[in-house]
Amino acid sequence: MNDKQNAFTGSIVHADSLPDFNRRGLLKAGAGLTLAVMAGPVLTACAEKGAGTAATGGPLAPGAFVRIGADNVVTVTARNAEIGQGIYTGLSTLIADELDADWSQVVVEAAPANPAVYGNPAFGPNMQGTGGSNSIASSWDAMRQAGATARTLLVAAAAQEWKVPAGEITVSKGVVSHAGKNKSAKFGELVGVAAKLPVPKDVQLKDPKAYTLIGKDAARVDAVAKSTGTAVYTQDIKLPGMLVAVVIAPPRFGATLKRFDAAAAKAMPGVSDVVAFKHSVRDGVAVLAKDYWTAKKARELVKVEWDESQAYKLSTEKQFAEYKALAAKPGVEAHKEGDVAKSGAVRYVEAAYEFPYLAHAAMEPLNCVAHITANGCELWTGAQLQSMDQGMTAALLGIKPEQVKINTLFAGGSFGRRSNPKSDFVQEAVAIAKAGGNGKPVKLVWSREDDMRGGFYRPAFFHTLKAGIDAKGELVSWQHRLVGQSILEGTPLMPPGLPIDPLSVEGAANMPYAVPNLLVDVHTPKSPVTVQWWRSVGSTHTAFSTESFLDEVARATKKDPVELRRSLLAKHPHHLEALNLAAEKAGWGTPLAKGRARGVAVHECFGSVVAQVVEVTQLAANKYKVDRVVCGVHCGRQVNPNIVAMQVESAIGLGLGAAISGGITLKDGAVVQSNFHDYPVLRMNQMPAVEVHVVASEDKPTGIGEPGLPPIGPAVANAIALLSGKPLRKLPFSTAGVSFA
Amino acid sequence: MTTLDVNGKKLETDASPDTPLLWVLRDNLNLTGTKFGCGMAQCGACTVHIDGRATRSCVLPISGLEGKKITTIENVGAEAVGKAVQEAWIAENVAQCGYCQSGQIMSATALLAGNKQPTDADIDAAMTGNICRCATYVRIRAAIKRAAAALA
Ligand code: FES
Ligand code: FES
Repeated sequence: MNDKQNAFTGSIVHADSLPDFNRRGLLKAGAGLTLAVMAGPVLTACAEKGAGTAATGGPLAPGAFVRIGADNVVTVTARNAEIGQGIYTGLSTLIADELDADWSQVVVEAAPANPAVYGNPAFGPNMQGTGGSNSIASSWDAMRQAGATARTLLVAAAAQEWKVPAGEITVSKGVVSHAGKNKSAKFGELVGVAAKLPVPKDVQLKDPKAYTLIGKDAARVDAVAKSTGTAVYTQDIKLPGMLVAVVIAPPRFGATLKRFDAAAAKAMPGVSDVVAFKHSVRDGVAVLAKDYWTAKKARELVKVEWDESQAYKLSTEKQFAEYKALAAKPGVEAHKEGDVAKSGAVRYVEAAYEFPYLAHAAMEPLNCVAHITANGCELWTGAQLQSMDQGMTAALLGIKPEQVKINTLFAGGSFGRRSNPKSDFVQEAVAIAKAGGNGKPVKLVWSREDDMRGGFYRPAFFHTLKAGIDAKGELVSWQHRLVGQSILEGTPLMPPGLPIDPLSVEGAANMPYAVPNLLVDVHTPKSPVTVQWWRSVGSTHTAFSTESFLDEVARATKKDPVELRRSLLAKHPHHLEALNLAAEKAGWGTPLAKGRARGVAVHECFGSVVAQVVEVTQLAANKYKVDRVVCGVHCGRQVNPNIVAMQVESAIGLGLGAAISGGITLKDGAVVQSNFHDYPVLRMNQMPAVEVHVVASEDKPTGIGEPGLPPIGPAVANAIALLSGKPLRKLPFSTAGVSFA
Repeated sequence: MTTLDVNGKKLETDASPDTPLLWVLRDNLNLTGTKFGCGMAQCGACTVHIDGRATRSCVLPISGLEGKKITTIENVGAEAVGKAVQEAWIAENVAQCGYCQSGQIMSATALLAGNKQPTDADIDAAMTGNICRCATYVRIRAAIKRAAAALA
C-alpha cells in the first residue's frame, strides 16, 4: 500500500494533525474551523510525515515500533487495535516518555498484519491481536525500550557531532542539548547520523520519578479526529470500483442454504450480482450493488429456501430447563479445597442464577472490505485478531497467510466481537468477494439486525450456589456449579489437554474469599448457537453470582457486606485495598435517606481488582435509579489516569445496560431481538455519576479495559435487594419487571 | 436528480427519491462523518441538522428535502455553537471508539443552539436518543456544560 492509500485509511492520527487544534485540543485564537481545513490536508499530510530525505538522511527506525523523520515527526506503530480503549494514546505515551519527545510531535499508525513482528506477547508466539485487557501490560517493557533505544541513538549522534561525552547530553520535549557547549538540536536534525549508528542492545530505562508523560493525563491522540467526523472506520472506506454487499443469513443457527431465486433483485439497476457464499461458520446469499441502499432494497426481492433439518430449534425457556436439569448433577471439577460434605455446616443458603445470551452490539455494525487480487487478498477492517483473520482468509482462498494484507482501521467499538475466534465476518467478506467480486473490492455491511442476529454471543449460563454456615454463623463451605457453552472449544485457541474451558469458570474457580471447603464444577452443553467473549468474558456472569450470593450469605448471617468481605480477604491485599478505598470514598455505613441504599461488589480480572459501591434510589415499587458509583481500583501503575477513569466509566455503562435490560432470547431457535428497540442498552438518562479512585501503586500496569465491568451488576442487585427485600437472580433485571430511570 | 443544500452547498444526486438522506450523504456525496448505527431512528448515530433541528437521517427520504438547509458534522463547526461543542468534546476527551460522536455532537449543538443553559434534565431529554455503547455519557454531559459555559 502506498502512502496515498495509507492516508486514505486514516490510520495515522494525532491531535496536532489538524491545524486548527493545538495539543490540548483547544482552538487557537482566531483560527477558522471549516471542512476544507479539516478533511483535506490532515490525513495526506500525516502519511508523508516521518520520512527521511536525501539531504538529511534517516528516518531513524531502530526496531518496529517507532520511526523519527527528518521532519521531527515521531511515528508510533501500534500493534494493538484502537477499539475505543485509548491504546494508541497509551502505547505512544510509553514510547514518547522514554524518548523525551514532545507529545505534539507524535503520530500513530496501525501496524500491518505481521505476527512475527507485531505479535502480542501475552497471546503466545506469533499471535497478533488485541484483547484480554493486556495491551499496556504486554507492552510496558517493549514500548519503553523502543523509546529509550531511539533516545540513546539520538544522544550518541549528538555526542559524535558535538564531540562531547554522551553523559553530558540532556533530552527534553524533542530537543537534544549540551549545556556546556550551548548546543541543541531537534530530533530531525540528528536522525541522519543516528540512523547509521549500531542499535544498542541494552538501554537504560528511566527512573519512574523522571516520567514526564507516564502517570499524567496525555490528551488522546484520536480526540480531534473523533470529534470532527474525520476518523475513518471500515464503514467509511470507498475504493475505486468497490461494491457494497449485504447478506441474507440463515434464519436459525445450523440452517443451510437450499436454493434462492434472485431474478427480480438482479434486474434492479445498480445491482451487480446475487451470489451464494459459504465459509467455515455459515453459508448464505449476498447481494452486491453499487451502494448500500440499492443492495438493501434488492435484498428484499430475493427468495431463499433453507434446509433447517440440522438447525437449532429450542426456545430460551426450554434451554434453561435443560440447563437446570444438568445443574442437578455433578459437573466436571474446576476447583476444590477441603471437603464440602464435611464442613460442619448446620444450615445452608442456596440460590440459582440465570444469564442470557448477550450481543455485543457495538455502535458500528460489523463490516469488512475485501479485495482479492492476483497476489493475494487485501482487507480493510477494524481488525482485532489479525493472525486469525489472516489464517482464515488464507484457508478460504487457498493462499498463504502472508499473502493476506490487513489495513487495521479504527473500530467503532468491539467489546470483544471483532476478535472473533473464527473470523466470521472477515471470512464472510472474503467469501462474498470470491463468489461475486470479480476482482473488485467488496465492502460487506451488516445491518444492525444482521449484527444482532449474527451470533457469537456471550454464552447463556445457569449457576447454582450453596453456602454452608456453621453453628457460630461462619461461612464454612461454598459450592458453585455452572452450566453454559464453552467459548474456546472447537476453536484453534482451546488449550490442548484441558478438561474444561478456563473461560467458563474464571472468576468462580479462583474466587478470592477464604472458605475452607470449596467446590466449583461445570457442565458444558453444546449448541449450534455461536458464542464468544464479551467484555470481561467469564467474569460477566461469575462475578454476578459470586458477589450477589455473598450478600445473601451476609443477610442470612446478619453481617455487614463490606465487613464480611474484609474478613474473608486477608490473603488478597489488592482486593482489600480496592474495597477499602471504595468503601471509604463512598461513605459506607453513613446514613442514607429513606428509599435509598448502597450495594457493594469487588472482583478481580485481568490482573486488576475493582470494587464498586453504588447508591440506588427506589422511585416506585419496581422502579429505581442508580445515582452514583464509587470505584476503588487496583491496576498497578497508571499510564494515563484519565483513560483509566474513562475505561471504568465505559465498563460501568456497558455492564449496567446489560444487567438492567440486555438479553438475546430465542424462539424456536430464531433470535427474537433485532435492533435497539428490543435490545435496550444504557442511555444518557440512566448513566450514574461515576467516581474512580485508584490505589497508588508502583507495580507494573495491569488491565483496565474490562475489570470495571463485573462488579456493577451485583453491586446494583445488592442495593436493590436491601430496598425491595427480593434478591434479583435472573438477568436482565427487566425480566422481573424492574425498570430504571 | 435531487438538489440538496448541504453545508451551504447545492449538491445534486441521482439517488432514487426514497433513499434516506444518510445513504446519500455517505455513499453519494462522500460525507462519511455521519454514521450508520441502526437504520431505524433508535441510536442517533446518523443525526444531522435540517433547518437547525437535530434529525435522524437514516429514516428521512431525500424526496422531501429540497429547499431545506442540511448541516452535517463536516460543517457544524462553522457556527459558534458547533465550534464550542467540538472544542469541549476534545477538551473533555469524550470520544472512545468515537463512532457515535458525530451524532452526539449534532444533538448537543442543536440543544445548545436553543437552550443556552441546559439543566441535567434538559440534557437527558435532548441526548437520550443518542446511544453511546462506550458509555461516554458522563463526559458528554460535562462537555455540554463546558460548551455552555464557553458560549455564555
Ligand atoms: S442510524 Fe439513524 S438513528 Fe441509528
Ligand atoms: S464513543 Fe464508542 S459508541 Fe460512543
